[in-house]
Amino acid sequence: MSQLWTIIRREFASYFSTPLAFVFIVVFLLANGLATFYLGEWFAMGQADLTSFFMFHPWLYLFFLPAISMRLWAEERRNGSIELLLTLPVPLWAIVFGKYFAALAFSGLALALTFPVWISVNYLGSPDNGVIIASYLGSLMLAGGYLAIGSCLSALTRNQVIAFVISVVACFLFTVSGAPLVLDVFRGWAPQVLINTLASFSLLTHFRAITGGVIDLRDVVFFLTLIGSFLVATMVIVDMKKGEGA
Amino acid sequence: MIEVENLVKKFGVFTAVNNLSFAVESGQVMGFLGPNGAGKSTTMKMITGFLRPTAGTARIAGIDIREQPMAAQTQLGYLPEGAPAWPDMTPRQFLEFITRIRGFDKPAARAAMTRAVGMTELHGVLDQPIDTLSKGYRRRVGLAQAIVHDPDVLVMDEPTDGLDPNQKFQVRQAIEEMAAHKAIIISTHILEEVDAICSHAMIIDRGEIVAEGTPSALAARSRFFGAVSLTLDTQLLGQAQDLLQNIANTRLEVLTRGVETVVSVFAENDSLDASALLAQVQTLIGQQDCSVRALALETGRLDDVFGTLTRKPRPSTEAAS
Repeated sequence: MSQLWTIIRREFASYFSTPLAFVFIVVFLLANGLATFYLGEWFAMGQADLTSFFMFHPWLYLFFLPAISMRLWAEERRNGSIELLLTLPVPLWAIVFGKYFAALAFSGLALALTFPVWISVNYLGSPDNGVIIASYLGSLMLAGGYLAIGSCLSALTRNQVIAFVISVVACFLFTVSGAPLVLDVFRGWAPQVLINTLASFSLLTHFRAITGGVIDLRDVVFFLTLIGSFLVATMVIVDMKKGEGA
Repeated sequence: MIEVENLVKKFGVFTAVNNLSFAVESGQVMGFLGPNGAGKSTTMKMITGFLRPTAGTARIAGIDIREQPMAAQTQLGYLPEGAPAWPDMTPRQFLEFITRIRGFDKPAARAAMTRAVGMTELHGVLDQPIDTLSKGYRRRVGLAQAIVHDPDVLVMDEPTDGLDPNQKFQVRQAIEEMAAHKAIIISTHILEEVDAICSHAMIIDRGEIVAEGTPSALAARSRFFGAVSLTLDTQLLGQAQDLLQNIANTRLEVLTRGVETVVSVFAENDSLDASALLAQVQTLIGQQDCSVRALALETGRLDDVFGTLTRKPRPSTEAAS
């Protein structure tokens, strides 16, 4: 356990060793603001809630989070430090989860820094803070899902750009798998079970359910299962590469 | 301390390491020699548990690296090729991380770091980010990381690659200081290094051991072993050749480097033993007052052995592909 914590701390600190972290957070907050106020027309809505704020999170995360996760493994491989990391007496799960939690903590920090929006909305009116807290949790779980997918794909390559691109595509597919855009392709020939399964994989559907204000156990289980599966897949890929020698 | 048993690594159809077995005892420094791509790094990566062998295994202090990798890695210090580290960390942060991961408590970690930093002379750069350090310092940071927990077994992939002569000397000195109580494997393609620090040497080529022994025993396999070499002015070459041809049953070999020429006298079919040959050459040049810059009885040349053993033509099956 202390090894897990040591890895989380090293990884988390590494985000702040370059100005990249600050640039990332500033751009993320700006993009968040722009989306909420211009695209979401928060003022024009005249409602004291954060619906138009959380509405854009899946789409912002789609580009911001692969930018975090792309380096998780690809950079270690490129740098050669993976050889160091994997020959230390540390269980693989501690490395995989440690890296992941550090990335999640960093994204969580960026998300937490959106608190002025929450203060504003409380100043301007009396929103349902329960829904807002649920939405923040949902947003964090959504981020966790994207990061787990990104971690797995980053383990496949030593090239960060490739890791970024395939992560964006994969996250996009997971996000929209419940939308007609995707389901219509299957409708008409695929069995209903497949379509239902596919639709149930949609991050967007589960995220919207939570931001609606109801934390349903099924949605939580969905996110945790998704995250767990992709992290286990990350472990399998890292271990497989030991056999291949890449 | 290190036992390697029938280690095999295949990458697809290519066999990088082919049935390698050897052992290194505590107190020994094994030098791994071989051309690039011979399988040196691959072997080290398998011994340290970074790569999974296709077949065979390695034991560190009696612990099988495939069965109990973490227990084996606890006994092991490893300097990977190129001495990778996290460039954004300082050596202090880096070594703190390594000691923490290896389960040291604070006082023990501090003592271990002081020792490792002392041996690698990193005091001056402890708080500079690793990516701003020179190659020599970076290599020493990697070395400090490998020895910080005072492991019984040390595996180092080209520890002196890219260092200047002074830095090489320092790293070799650090290795020599530790050698008495550890089993050490180093890989290198600097042959003088083997002479300088290794108690044993192994030449591998295309994944197989082609020669093994103490450095002097390996060098003795050279065709130069027992020959007598004279170094003289190139202008005097003609005179020297006339002179040396008078020794019966010998053959001369001449190598000219600018103004200096080395003439080696070989005894044909062991008709003369080395000291007798040396005596004859000495008498001859004494009589004729031929001014020689250096005269040496060859103890063999490692580079010659290395060249002969690793420059064999590839088997025809591989040549075709």
